[in-house]
Amino acid sequence: MDQNLANGAEPFNAAPSTRIEVMECAKTYVGGVQALCPTSLTVQPGEVLALLGPSGCGKTTLLRVIAGLIDPDRGGRIAFNGKDVTVRPIEKRSVGMVFQHYALFPQMTVEGNIGYGLRVRGVPAPQIRRRVGEVIDLVRLTGLEKRRPAQLSGGQRQRVALARAVAVQPRVLLLDEPLTALDAKLKEALRDELAQLLRELHITAVHVTHDQTEALAIADRLAVMQAGRIVQVGRGEDLYRQPGHPFVAEFLGRVNRLQRDPTANAGVALGGVELACPAALHRQTTLLVRPEDVQIHLGTAPPFAAQGTSWGQARVLQRSFLGNRVQLRLMVLGQADVLVSDQPRDCAAAVNDTVHITIDPACLMPASLNAVSC
Amino acid sequence: MKRALKRCSATHQQGRLDAPVLLSVTLLVTLFTVLPMLLSITAGLSNNFTRGVASGLTTRWIVEVWSLYGSTVWSSVLLALSCMVLVLCIGVPCAWALARSESRAARVFEDLLTLPVAVPGLASALALILAYGELRGFRQSFLFILAGHVVFTLPFMVRTASAAFARPDLQSLDEAARSLGASFLQRFFGVLVPAVAPSIVAGSLMVFTLSVGEFNLTWMLHTPLTRTLPVGLADSYASMRIEIGSAYTLVFFTVILPILWAMQAVARWTEKAYGSKLG
Repeated sequence: MDQNLANGAEPFNAAPSTRIEVMECAKTYVGGVQALCPTSLTVQPGEVLALLGPSGCGKTTLLRVIAGLIDPDRGGRIAFNGKDVTVRPIEKRSVGMVFQHYALFPQMTVEGNIGYGLRVRGVPAPQIRRRVGEVIDLVRLTGLEKRRPAQLSGGQRQRVALARAVAVQPRVLLLDEPLTALDAKLKEALRDELAQLLRELHITAVHVTHDQTEALAIADRLAVMQAGRIVQVGRGEDLYRQPGHPFVAEFLGRVNRLQRDPTANAGVALGGVELACPAALHRQTTLLVRPEDVQIHLGTAPPFAAQGTSWGQARVLQRSFLGNRVQLRLMVLGQADVLVSDQPRDCAAAVNDTVHITIDPACLMPASLNAVSC
Repeated sequence: MKRALKRCSATHQQGRLDAPVLLSVTLLVTLFTVLPMLLSITAGLSNNFTRGVASGLTTRWIVEVWSLYGSTVWSSVLLALSCMVLVLCIGVPCAWALARSESRAARVFEDLLTLPVAVPGLASALALILAYGELRGFRQSFLFILAGHVVFTLPFMVRTASAAFARPDLQSLDEAARSLGASFLQRFFGVLVPAVAPSIVAGSLMVFTLSVGEFNLTWMLHTPLTRTLPVGLADSYASMRIEIGSAYTLVFFTVILPILWAMQAVARWTEKAYGSKLG
């Protein structure tokens, strides 16, 4: 894959990296349906940004606005490196696109597909052959040049689609759910490959997906979208650890809900003890916590090693072995809360065991914020 | 459980019973359809139709048909080929436009386009004569019949091709080609038409077949100098011995069948070369 780089040759994508600016772009369809609320976003040169959200959240609409396949409502602007490209059609925008179902030209061979963009640009044949050869090496399709798309596996088609998009050295690469059509195992392998390739190409890329693992693995930054607007933008780790919005917390991974009564006490009740509640969460009636942050301790007495930590009690309702971990469903004693806790795979807790549980208050997240609207 | 097994074996027996019944029905229908053709061919080769093959076999009716109506065979083939080419040139871009347009006007236009199929050919022909009958050169040439055939066969091509162009994967193909910098003409001829080639070839085959056998409209539009095969056939049935009419049918089969087979071979080849859709 990295032959060019290993040989000390110039990186394949010699086109300078481009900054994408989306300024107040909205999209309202005929009939008044607003698919995208006024949205602003900047993608830095060479950065891979994931637009993450459930279906119908407007992420594909935003991608198509950036691509030039959809015109934004009046007032919205798109700029590449500061230059306004809003009225420039996709043909003249120099964007590479990878579609969900690849959209490979069925009657053309692999090399025909990859060289198409160069042919329509009138690049001389020897140059096309050389470039197609380079890209085929890059995506490891050597030996399949003469095959038709129908004769390729899903993963190979995905690579051809990617190769076709980068062969023309686009300014930005736009990926519309490129891994969705693949089965789970292949998806994982190609996800890592895609992430590596994007780093090697050092190309500005926008990647649309509804799969948070894919977004976290591939992107430098994530823009989480809901109901036509971007809820939060940031590094995957920050968004996962300190979500600024309950939707982000819930979308990026599983969360537990913990009820509390802010009028009765200042802390958080947990199985007979009271945990300290961070000042920022004092008004919350429901708190969120990730399964891996619910710690447990087996044995009759709470652990003395962790002094200063309050340990409550819970009963194990269910134990599921998930291969790399064990997932426990815990009924918090004296409360209606049922918490899910992720434990190492050798966890000895059994159903109906009483265990000690605690949560680091720093891991608690708010469950409500102002309602999301345009 | 027992009941389920019983039902299962009953269904199985039913299946075994069905086969001979279906086979018999198929054979009967086939015989009913083929018999008139066989009789017609035999009549065209017999000395005397009333006495059948017993009267002896002859090719003199065929020779006579060829000398009297030979020109109509080539006129019909040429006319059908020209009609096919014209319908391709007009129909395929029209189908693309209709498939991509979401306007109400496009739907109305599509319905209007189908009218000549529903309206009797005689009425369409009359309308053409009323509108363009005064243009002497046009009226007396094969172009007049060609115009009629194009009007009649165009909806078949437009319907077939626009259904293919409306496939959702076609829109992605178009967008992919656009993102790679292709102009409309480059996309249309390089990506879209090849992607729907099997449908276009199937449509062409239909247009050719319809044009070659078209009688209603052609009968109204023809002049003594612009006769097609079906018009000649009607003339021979009406004014000559039944053996000549039958021999004419035989000539029709002999000329048309190889062309249709060749076109079907092209259709199969196109399906193989261009028809592989992506999963």
